[in-house]
Parts: sequence; structure tokens; C-alpha cells
Amino acid sequence: MSAPTTYATIDMDAPGIPMSRLVKVELRKLVNTRAGFWLVVSMGIIAVLITTAMLIWAPVDQLTFGNLFGIMNLPTGFLLPVLAILLVTSEWSQRTGLVTFTIEPKRSRVVIAKLIVSLIAGVGAVVAALALGAIGNLLAGVFHDGAGAWDMTWTGVGHSVLLQMMYLVQGFGFGMLIMSSAAAIVLFFALPTVWSIVAMIVPWLRDNIQPWADLGMAQLPFQGGDAVSGDEWSKLAVSAAIWIVVPLVLGTWRLLRSEVK
Amino acid sequence: MIKVEGLSKSYGGFKAVDNVSFECRPGAVTGFLGPNGAGKSTTMRIIAGLTPPDSGSATLGGHHYHDIPNPATQVGVLLDASAQHAGRSGREVLTMGAVAMGLPMTRVDEMLELVSLTPVEAKRRIRNYSLGMRQRLGIAHALLGDPQILILDEPVNGLDPAGIHWMRGLLREYARRGGTVFLSSHLLHEVEVIADELIVIGKGKIVAQGTKEELLHSAGTFVRGSDVDALAHALTQAGISSQPSGDGGLRTESTAEEVAHAAAAAGVVVLELRAAGGAGLEEMFLELTADTQRDETNTEGVAV
Repeated sequence: MSAPTTYATIDMDAPGIPMSRLVKVELRKLVNTRAGFWLVVSMGIIAVLITTAMLIWAPVDQLTFGNLFGIMNLPTGFLLPVLAILLVTSEWSQRTGLVTFTIEPKRSRVVIAKLIVSLIAGVGAVVAALALGAIGNLLAGVFHDGAGAWDMTWTGVGHSVLLQMMYLVQGFGFGMLIMSSAAAIVLFFALPTVWSIVAMIVPWLRDNIQPWADLGMAQLPFQGGDAVSGDEWSKLAVSAAIWIVVPLVLGTWRLLRSEVK
Repeated sequence: MIKVEGLSKSYGGFKAVDNVSFECRPGAVTGFLGPNGAGKSTTMRIIAGLTPPDSGSATLGGHHYHDIPNPATQVGVLLDASAQHAGRSGREVLTMGAVAMGLPMTRVDEMLELVSLTPVEAKRRIRNYSLGMRQRLGIAHALLGDPQILILDEPVNGLDPAGIHWMRGLLREYARRGGTVFLSSHLLHEVEVIADELIVIGKGKIVAQGTKEELLHSAGTFVRGSDVDALAHALTQAGISSQPSGDGGLRTESTAEEVAHAAAAAGVVVLELRAAGGAGLEEMFLELTADTQRDETNTEGVAV
């Protein structure tokens, strides 16, 4: 029998887990489940289909880099928040939080790692949209006379990144606050829509509240590459505070305090 | 190594854990025995920092779990083997743990081999795992960071007899090297096989604790005679209280010697006289189980 390797006492000077390792693990979680994997794959497939459809059916003067890139942001804008929601809610619905939060009991660090991963995914989606948009635009120039203008501005790219990030963080906040995958996804899509409909029916709401509290409406001016006014920026900031910051703060508070079972 | 002092936790008006105190020492396997809903899992979650206690404290080597750096490399925890994403493979679960803990990937293969999960099984999604395979994976995950302390909630649940035997060998060897093992079970016979020391919990309160020998032998004496009534009378005359044990004999708290003297003095024929064995512990346990199991498992499910 070999000499027994006796266990030492708890080592309080051991190095903690660096953020880079937490981010690495959360990146894996994004794609190592079937739901996550197919969400990412379907985003790619949808983007390719849309490009192809545009190349075949769109009016020639619409086939510009700006338009091809812009339309690519629609499917990712829809699906990326779902990815962010699942990244948070699966810890509760699949009960993996039991393991996640025993490996890193400082839960705020796990939240930050997940947020970083969501933002990486958002930037990745924009980069992919730029690449696909460029390829589409090149093809457009080859097949159609007068198509393939490189009309994209840096403002346009900046706006797209901003919007993608907003969708993602909003989904993230909803996920943390609601904690259930299905309910978070449904409410993420339904709540803003219901609110818009109600606001449009009630004239006083439509005139006084909606411009400052309807995120989708406030985001509209940012969907192109056009310059945006200060008034539009303030409306975006106020609606983002309501629809993104509030869920994010309440959600973080809930996640940090909840009992993990 | 694990020290729990005056721990309490209520859900609404229901006291899940009620002023619980105990210690688990290094070099021993401590069994945490109690019926479902007795407060075992809640206590373990509090130790692992997942559930905040209302009062009292739980420390590991003098420190709160929350404060230990890279804690999974020092305290291995398995709270629920089924709490894994069903769509991930067993290998992926261990890989994620190894990445987070900063371990070499060879450690994943070592652990898979240790718990006898074949490479093919390790690649399968967890939804296709039996409970026994999930338990093995959970043990592998708990041991991944080579911790000094192991906290395992119902690790034997779902294992076949060979699996229980394997687990006993594994945990005994781990404790022999100076590790601290704290494991729960709702089955007396399971925990009897594996643990050196026992802590029995019922309705959130500790009802017995000590080494297995102490608990099993403190159960008194069993005596059987040709005439039960005469024997009972003889014992009463000698000032020894006894209860019928249900199988034609009597059970008493007194020693075998005292019983023998009483019977001899009264001239009663004794056919069998021995330590009552674990029956006392078992009876206590059955009693706990009978009147706590149903309502309290429900409460556990409802608690927020």
C-alpha cells in the first residue's frame, strides 16, 4: 500500500476562477445543447435564404450593401434574444444552477460572464451579417446591372451593433427576471406588442407616453444608416431604461437572492 | 472539517431545518439519515451556500463555502444527480467543470474511468442515462477537482447492489486518505453499509448522532423465554422495564447481564438473550418515516 496522501485543510490562498474561464464555460453552454446549437445554425440558414431571395426577387435598386446587411439583422434580432434567455433560464429550468453556482458561488460573476457571452454573440452576429451582406452584394453586382452599391456607413454599422446589443440585453434581463424559458420567451415578444396595441388604441397614451416608452418605436430611426436627432436619442434612452435596464436590475437582484434548488 | 451550528431555515411557517448542529470529521464517512423531507437536502444546500439560512452557520474547515476560492477544487458537491441539462453529454458536463476549475482535460478521462463510464456512454446525452449512470457522473463531477471534502445528497439512490458496494469502497478509500465525506440517504440499510458515523434527522431536528456502533448498540437487549408473561413479570420484579418486541420476545434498555440475573432469580427459563442490534435504530427511523414522510415531502415541493 502506498503512503497515504492526506488531505490538507481548506486553502484560502488558492487562486480564484478568472473571468476568462467563466466566459469560456458560458460560451460552451451557448452551443452545447441541441436548442442552442440549432438556434445558431438556423440563424445562419435563414440569413443565407434571405440573401438568396433578395438576389432573385428584390428590385435591382434595392440590392445594396446597406439593404442586404440591414435585412440580415432581422432574423438575428429575433433569435439572439432567445439564445440569451435560454442561457439564463436553463440554469433554473434544467436545474444546472446547482452545479454552476457551486463551482462559482459569487453569482454576480456568473451573471457578468453570461452577459459578456451574450455581447460576444451579438458582435459575432453583426460581423456575420456584414460578411454575408458583402458576399450578397458582390453577387448582386455580378448578376444585375446597377446593383451592388457599397452604400453602407459606419453610422449604420454602429446602429446595428447598438440594436443587437439592446435586443440581447433585454432578453437577458427578461430571462433573469422570469426564470422560466417558455414564459420569458413569450413575454419578451408579447409584452411589447400588447403594450404597443394598447397605446395605439388609447389616444392619450399614444400622444404622451408611447413615444417615450415604446422601445420598438424608439428603435425605428436607428434601423437605417441615417443620422439620428437628439430627440430620438433621448426617446431611445428613456424607453431602454424602462424595457432593458429595469428588467436587468430586477432580474440580477432576483438571481443573486434566489435559492438554488 | 464540516461544522454546522444552530442552523435553522423556515419556509413560511414550516421549519425545514430546526436548530441543527453537528460536525463531520476528516477520515470518516458521515451518513445523514432521515426520511424524505426531513431537512437533509436543505441542510446540504445551506452548507454549499445555495440556500441562505435564517440563523446559525455552516463552515468548511472554518470557512463559509462562499468565501473559498475556486471552491469545487476543495469541496466536492453532488446535490442532485438529475440536475443536469438533459441535452448535454456526460463528457461535456465534466469538460465544462474542468474548464471552470482550471483542470487539465486528462482529468475528465481519469474521472470517467474511475466511475466506470465507458467512452461510448460518456458521449451519450444525459437524457438517455439511467439514474445509476447519472449518480456515477455526479460522483465523477464531485471528485473532479480532487477536493478534501465531499458532500453528496442521496448518492446511492438508483445504484444497484454492486454499485453500492463500489461506492462504499470508493468513499472508504477517500476517507482513509484523510478526506471528509458527508452523504445523505433516506434508507437506513444503505447508509449502514457505507457510513462510519451517523446523524439522524427527522422533522428538521437531529434525533440521534454518534458512531454507527454506538447507535446500533445503544438499542438495549432482546430476551425470549418459554413463558413471555412470567419473564415480563420477573423483569418487572427486578425493576427492569420491558416491551414486547412483537416476535415473542421482550426488549429492554437494561444490559444482558441484568436481565439474566432477574430471570435466574425468578427461575424463568430463557431461550434467547442478546443485544437488540440495529432494531432500535430501525424502529426509531420507521417511526420518523411513518408520521413525517407524506406531509413534509409535499411541503418541500411547495416551498419557495
